[in-house]
Amino acid sequence: MRRAPLSYPLAAVVAAAALLPVAVLLYLGVGAGPALSPRALGILGETALLTGLSVAGAVLIGVPLAVASACIELPLRRFWLVALTAPLAMPSYIGAFALFAAFGPGGEIENLLGLTTPPVRGLWGAALVMALYTYPFVLLTTRASLRGLDAGLVDAARTLGLSLPMALLRVVLPRVRNGIAAGALLSALYTLSDFATPAIMQVDTFTRVIFIEYNAFGLSRAALLSLQLLTLVAVVLFLESRVGSERERPGRPLSLRLQALPTTAVLVPAALVLAAAIGLPLAVFGAWLAREGTAGFDPAIALNSAYTAALAALGTVIIALPVAYAASAGRFGRGLERVTYLGFGIPGIVMGTALVYVGLRVPFLYQTLALLILAYMLRFLPLAVGAVRSTNERLDRNLVGAARSLGATPAEAFRRITLPLTLRGIIAGAALVFLEVMRELPATLLLRPTGFESLATELWRVYEAGYFGRAAVPGLLLVLVSGLALLVMTAGEQRIDNAPARDRQR
Amino acid sequence: MLAVRDLCVRYGRTTVLDDVSFELDDGEILTLVGPTGCGKTTTLRVVAGLERPGSGALEIDGVHIDRDRFVPPEKRRTGLVFQDFALFPHLCVAENIGFRVRDRARVTHWMRVLGIEPLADAYPDTLSGGQKQRVALARSLAHEPSLILLDEPLSNLDAALKAELRWEIRAALKEAGVGALWVTHDQDEALSIGDRVGIMRAGRLEQLGPPEQCFSAPASRFVAQFLGEAVFLPGERRGDELRTLLGAGTARAGDSGDGPVDVLLRPDDVTLAADGDTNAAVEWSRYEGGTRLYAARLDDGPLLKVRTNHETHLAPGERVSARITAGHPLAAFPRESA
Repeated sequence: MRRAPLSYPLAAVVAAAALLPVAVLLYLGVGAGPALSPRALGILGETALLTGLSVAGAVLIGVPLAVASACIELPLRRFWLVALTAPLAMPSYIGAFALFAAFGPGGEIENLLGLTTPPVRGLWGAALVMALYTYPFVLLTTRASLRGLDAGLVDAARTLGLSLPMALLRVVLPRVRNGIAAGALLSALYTLSDFATPAIMQVDTFTRVIFIEYNAFGLSRAALLSLQLLTLVAVVLFLESRVGSERERPGRPLSLRLQALPTTAVLVPAALVLAAAIGLPLAVFGAWLAREGTAGFDPAIALNSAYTAALAALGTVIIALPVAYAASAGRFGRGLERVTYLGFGIPGIVMGTALVYVGLRVPFLYQTLALLILAYMLRFLPLAVGAVRSTNERLDRNLVGAARSLGATPAEAFRRITLPLTLRGIIAGAALVFLEVMRELPATLLLRPTGFESLATELWRVYEAGYFGRAAVPGLLLVLVSGLALLVMTAGEQRIDNAPARDRQR
Repeated sequence: MLAVRDLCVRYGRTTVLDDVSFELDDGEILTLVGPTGCGKTTTLRVVAGLERPGSGALEIDGVHIDRDRFVPPEKRRTGLVFQDFALFPHLCVAENIGFRVRDRARVTHWMRVLGIEPLADAYPDTLSGGQKQRVALARSLAHEPSLILLDEPLSNLDAALKAELRWEIRAALKEAGVGALWVTHDQDEALSIGDRVGIMRAGRLEQLGPPEQCFSAPASRFVAQFLGEAVFLPGERRGDELRTLLGAGTARAGDSGDGPVDVLLRPDDVTLAADGDTNAAVEWSRYEGGTRLYAARLDDGPLLKVRTNHETHLAPGERVSARITAGHPLAAFPRESA
């Protein structure tokens, strides 16, 4: 007897738009060449190797830090947790650029300190950067599963006759294993999608070769490579969906008091990781700023970034609203929402490739900001949908019914109840999209109109031209933007933690 | 005034409401009671307009509503009081109560009646369950509904609060003089609050009448058992006289014809004595404070529940003599050929 919710047709249009890039790539890429050439296999090997090494590094750094932050009483615990997740908010190209410039003969470390260091580049360099910037995924998921574990379980296992090590092995590890796997897969996803790090370190992964093909006017070959990369991404996403995360009502969290281990044994490695991931870029960009000043930086670039990001944030939130409301309205709506999540899995370079073709075919979009903003909207739509939906879902269904029974029309109930109560989610979603767009590189690189530079593309130009000193201002601004993103993200997380548990009756 | 006529609702193949009809007068409180899934909440939601009738019709204040002539909830002026209160979390108490009310005096009036004036500026998440329910009720009443619908209004509150708030709500409803449809699964609540009680089962209204009538002259064995402890004792009916193993009693007129019957016995219709011709053995006893509830197994018969005053002391296993001592006519149902 229920009519289809009003949000459905709008959400369906958005979902169709989200399918557009994949459709374009299929049209362009299928038949553009043999699916499995020796060259493609070479790229696949390089990509897989980089992903494997990065994930291994992320796990090696992330798991011990997770155990330290979840189970050991550390001084300034909250600070360490935020600081240790901070690299996640930084785009890895900042790190790649800084490490690339700092190490090796003629690098900044040699210039400043007179120490000769081995260069950081190639496969190992890229893996180091990816590990440094994706370990927080592993840290967060592992920590969550450790925190979700009730210490009562360990106690129960011990009263049933297991020794403490055996209890940890048989009760704790199976639960935490899923957390580690989930984080490792997120790290793999990030590595597969990342363009700038392999490009700066000169590793021939899919993303780098797609860019090379695009520059050589091989759009359909780029599309084919994009499809192959998407297949890899799909495999990782599938594996991720299989890693179930059980959740139980958290009881007393597991706490290990390691008297024997001084806290410095934990804090020193943590500080080292932070120094490499955050301290080094800040120091390198700071040194350049001191040496070369702000000359050579055109403030219009920062303005470009800010207003495209603002437009994209506004547009994304507007198209996210019907999707988020549809997702809460019924099963079909949830299906539509899933489709819009495609953007999450589509690497920026792939999104760029698909929309470049759209620009070639639709003259009024060619070389326009509108096309670039469309790319941002499709890519970051899931962020906005997620933020709006999570507040919307915590909204009691009966509130709208209550407003209606008090005489409010559906429009009035939306304006006075639904909208004010989801406004925080809408603003948080817009902020996240804004900050992501400020830092986006690959799609911007492919789609920016001639003469348009953003902070990220400016950094790329500086890298390509070799005038590293010019990177100081855009680099530091991007770090600042990343810091703001971190604030928004942690604020959102805290709100979710503090949300009162509602007793749901129906 | 509300009239519900031959109301049916189906979800797919399951029938949720089956031919439900009743009327509700202004100022009257009708409680709908029944086990989970009996359709009582659906009835409420159809009246509120949150659900569409499958067939049948409603009339609210003379406005006819059916499947084809649907009136949206905001046009019905039915005040709905939710089980989980549904207070708007971003509005304070006074703003909640005055959601669409122009006349501030009405808001203050109902806050005063329900004793929540000091909370006017508080936000819902700072209120206790009982306060939330008072706010929810005040909100409904301040919007001057033509009738009030209450969906298990007390079920999220603890027991001590329930008893107290029950009477407060009843008094406020009576003061407002509006009709109220009060859905509950608690038979004590239904019997003590309702001017009339409707007992629902599997989408049907099994009985509708004053509480005393439903309790003492239940229309079916289900109603008898749902409203309180009930034992069915085999017996014979001749005219108005009932003969059973536990002695004789008077039958209610019209319940059944002459012949074999099952007599409905409530725990206070029977007394136990430790002397005389014993015909039962005590199985267990439960101390209830002012009274004591005994279970006694009749020789080759059913388990009787008997409530005595607390001074009676009988040990489990003790032989007793059970006798019908009810001073009122008993309900009897034609014997089921089991």
